[in-house]
Amino acid sequence: MKPAAFIRHVPRTLDEALKILAQVAPQDGRILAGGQSLVPIMAFRLAKPAHLVDINEVEGLDHVASDGQILSIGARVRHAAFHKSVLDNPLGKLLAYVARHIAHYPIRMRGTFCGSLAHADPSAEWCLVAATLDATMVAKSTRGSRPIAAKDFFEGIMSTALAEDELLAEVHLPLLPADAKFGFNEFSRRAGDFAMAAALVTYRLANGKIADARVGVGGAEPAPRRIAQAEAALNGQAPSDKIFRAAAEAAAKAIDPLEDHQTTGEYRRDLVRAVVRRALEHSHP
Amino acid sequence: MTAPAKFVGRSVPRLEDRPLLLGQGRFAADISFPGQWCMRVLRSSVAHGKIKSIDATAALKLPGVHAVWTAQDVAHIPPIPFRLTGLKTLEPYRQPVLAKDIVRYVGEPVAVVFAQDQYAAEDAADLVEVGIEPLRATMLATEQPGVYEHGLTTEPGVVRKGYGDIEAAFRKAHAIVSLELSIGRHSGVPMETRGAVARYVEARDILEMHGASKVPHWNRDTLAQMFGRKRESVQLFEGHVGGGFGIRGELYPEDILVCAAALKFRKAIKWIEDRREHLIAANHSRQQTHKIRAAIDSDGRILAIDDEFFHDNGAYMRTHAATVPDLTAAMLPGPYVVPAYRAIGHIRLTNKTPCGTYRAPGRYESTFVRERLLDAIAAKISVDKVEIRRRNLIGKSAMPYTLGLETLGTHIVYDSGDYSRLLDKALAAADWKNLHQQLRARRANGEKVGAGVAMFVEKIGLGPFDTVRIEIIPDGTIEVITGVASIGQGVETVIAQICADALGVDYANIRVIHGQTDRIDKGMGAFASRVTVMCGEATRLAATQLRGKALRHASELMQLGVDKLDIVNGEIVRAGGLGPSMPLGELAGTLSAVLSAEDTFESAHMVYPYGVHIAVVCVDADTGAVKIERYAIAYDIGKAVNPKLVEGQIAGGLAQGVGGALLEEFLYDENGEPLSVTFADYLMPTAREIPAVSILVTEDAPSPLNPLGLKGAGEGGANPVGAAIASAIDDALGIPGAVTQLPISPQRLKAICRRI
Ligand SMILES: Cc1cc2nc3c(=O)[nH]c(=O)nc-3n(C[C@H](O)[C@H](O)[C@H](O)COP(=O)(O)OP(=O)(O)OC[C@H]3O[C@@H](n4cnc5c(N)ncnc54)[C@H](O)[C@@H]3O)c2cc1C
Repeated sequence: MKPAAFIRHVPRTLDEALKILAQVAPQDGRILAGGQSLVPIMAFRLAKPAHLVDINEVEGLDHVASDGQILSIGARVRHAAFHKSVLDNPLGKLLAYVARHIAHYPIRMRGTFCGSLAHADPSAEWCLVAATLDATMVAKSTRGSRPIAAKDFFEGIMSTALAEDELLAEVHLPLLPADAKFGFNEFSRRAGDFAMAAALVTYRLANGKIADARVGVGGAEPAPRRIAQAEAALNGQAPSDKIFRAAAEAAAKAIDPLEDHQTTGEYRRDLVRAVVRRALEHSHP
Repeated sequence: MTAPAKFVGRSVPRLEDRPLLLGQGRFAADISFPGQWCMRVLRSSVAHGKIKSIDATAALKLPGVHAVWTAQDVAHIPPIPFRLTGLKTLEPYRQPVLAKDIVRYVGEPVAVVFAQDQYAAEDAADLVEVGIEPLRATMLATEQPGVYEHGLTTEPGVVRKGYGDIEAAFRKAHAIVSLELSIGRHSGVPMETRGAVARYVEARDILEMHGASKVPHWNRDTLAQMFGRKRESVQLFEGHVGGGFGIRGELYPEDILVCAAALKFRKAIKWIEDRREHLIAANHSRQQTHKIRAAIDSDGRILAIDDEFFHDNGAYMRTHAATVPDLTAAMLPGPYVVPAYRAIGHIRLTNKTPCGTYRAPGRYESTFVRERLLDAIAAKISVDKVEIRRRNLIGKSAMPYTLGLETLGTHIVYDSGDYSRLLDKALAAADWKNLHQQLRARRANGEKVGAGVAMFVEKIGLGPFDTVRIEIIPDGTIEVITGVASIGQGVETVIAQICADALGVDYANIRVIHGQTDRIDKGMGAFASRVTVMCGEATRLAATQLRGKALRHASELMQLGVDKLDIVNGEIVRAGGLGPSMPLGELAGTLSAVLSAEDTFESAHMVYPYGVHIAVVCVDADTGAVKIERYAIAYDIGKAVNPKLVEGQIAGGLAQGVGGALLEEFLYDENGEPLSVTFADYLMPTAREIPAVSILVTEDAPSPLNPLGLKGAGEGGANPVGAAIASAIDDALGIPGAVTQLPISPQRLKAICRRI
């Protein structure tokens, strides 16, 4: 289980990184971030990149910063950075709550937030967060910088709108309203496994009624996304078991389920129903 | 005069832990020799097909690549022989070292590359072009046997066992209970993958293989035979072993290949298996489908059991030959009175990884089937599942109990046991009555919680013998040299404890040497939980003999009668009092010959410990997930040499049992493509999935077959886990017989929940 030969480049600045990436991208050059997805794939020789652009020494990519509107997360920020709330906003608590569900502690110490988005596993928790909260991805290359909205970013199973010479330099997450509630639930066969279905919900209460509901579902389709039908079932209603069930049912119905050898479409819908309902039932604070 | 037990029966710390805890263990991959070559196995990517071409031209051109072998390079090497239960009819189905014209499973070795390092070897393997024309893959052991090759079918043999008048019993039955049940394909997955390093020592004309485990002596003899060498000119060396579980340490094609290459190229050849290889190439186990019926009377007493089962052995018959189906059939009756019995086990070959034994082989399977049957009988006549077991248990007064079946060349005679007493103790330990009330109350509240119980008889050992030599070294160290092996289970500690008491020394001064064929001529190795029983008693015999010898020599030197002397804490002292003393080492130093003794324990019978498992589970009806809330085990071991190690064995076995019950499964698609080739797909339980377990080890039924009353500990933790969890899930769902298939994946359980 040894990878095929490759050349590792270790740039110190973003400019240098982008230049090297522009050069090597056509020869299957790839960015190496935390390596927690890329290295196993290389060990199995499912990928044989000839060049790796290791961004772990690049300056200026390790920021987690808020301007009061958005939270920016740089390309070198590890999952573990979110173990504690990173800002005084419900978003900080949401990220801390979700982070605990990603893999295991050693993997969270190396894997990066942006790497997770770039890798775009349908089950990845951060991808679900980005899709549900309508994050903006900032892609950079020698050609310039461009923002990509989450709904345009995830194109399918492990496929994104990033061009081969583009580095996902940072992600912008909008802060949540101070009175926002959130709920997250996922189902996996073992603790730490990729989710077979996951749901993230946020909403506010206005006069006792649900407002601004967001219902995101991951792990059930080729890419995570908001489910408008479930959101519609919630908005304007007082929270109740019945309403939560209706939203869960709407989500289960709306998805086009991923199937595999063990998982039928029907079972995937069952899981979506369960995780959406549970995310709604156990909302925080 | 024998000293009172000071070490046997106590949970003294393990002697073997120091190097392991310091990171100084020497596992197969830690062994290297100067100038060694690395071997990479090129494996079939097709489940069943004709090899049309193998082209290694490009591979051979890579720098650092020394050679590429295909079947014709090993044509002189015979297929790997059987170690156990080798029926003649099975022989044509043995695995060749490299596939010749036909490949029969994904993962089958087709060629090997030898290169200067692992990277070059893997690069070269990628460049070898193998042309295979696919044939239809047989994926079900339950379908009609097909053609294996000219004149041979995919049913190499049928195991038949039984006694009594089955037909009459079914004719007069009050009722008949029939079930179809299956156990999933899973296996032991040790933390250390397989590995072997062979070299030829020109100066002494010796072929060495390092990285051996489990059965080094048998493997030495077999390798010598396969290569036409004298057995003294082949030596095997066991280092640290990161888990065995039955699968590691058998002779596999890769072991033969490193040896053949070492002989041919006169270079050290190293092969270390990677995890993907391990999951498709090392022995699988367990996969069976049973069609079982019981004839019962109106009280639910069993009149007869009739079982027909289909054992999926994968693509070849490996070293264990018919062992697993044989044990399945032989151990199925378990702790119950079964007046008439018939088992017909079809050994079937499919295009999957070949199979062998895995911790509690044949028993994990047959206990699941039998205990499901007991639960079904209880449901049929509407009695409690504990009560149905009580009614059918073999009584204490019937011991020793001759079952009327044979396996592994021995008659099955349960040597001792008080099954209902252990059941009482287990139920008391689990507070069964209150537990039931609590669960009923929770169920009334809508929770799907339930409790299950399963009972079993284990079998330990198989002699036929074990030999031990003990030497006292002048520096005071005692060396115990044995032909058993250590797969991490605490052999060194347990053997030292037994030796310490019999000889009169501190167990910490004893060095136990195992797994080295150059240190002792014969040995049986470590399997079937046999080491403590067989090697333990051989050690006691040799130590007792050595004690007598030491006292006789000392009596001359110290001018005192043997009966006036004692050995205490490694010193020869005047019995019961003051006066001069002499350390054993000093005594050994005064003698011209080595102060040593050798003895052998022979036994034609196995010993039979037994146990009860109780599981409490909560089913998540929305997702099909199962949470094990509590788990309790009671196990009668006869005599526990080191209770902590016994508990460790049981807890570890439980984890593997849970794996097979809920998580672990080697899945294939319909073309024979394996789907469980990484730890992301083959789900091992982790600490988060394993419940806290309470373990009660009892010593109510010491074995009459050895003086210490020893039975073994290795397999009782795993044996009935599938059965106990299935029983608990039925209870949680309120559907008797809901679970018919292991593992109980959430997908499968959700499908059951949907029906209610
Ligand atoms: C056992 C195990 C369990 C896991 N379980 C989970 C889980 O439950 N949930 C989960 O979400 N993840 C899980 N992961 C994956 C883990 O979170 C990874 O860290 C993550 O998916 C990728 O991040 P990385 O920084 O390690 O990226 P890398 O492995 O370094 O890269 C992954 C891919 O993204 C590209 N890439 C990385 N960074 C960038 C960038 N800034 N711009 C452009 N392209 C980039 C790389 O070129 C590569 O193709 C698991 C991993 C393991 C090994």
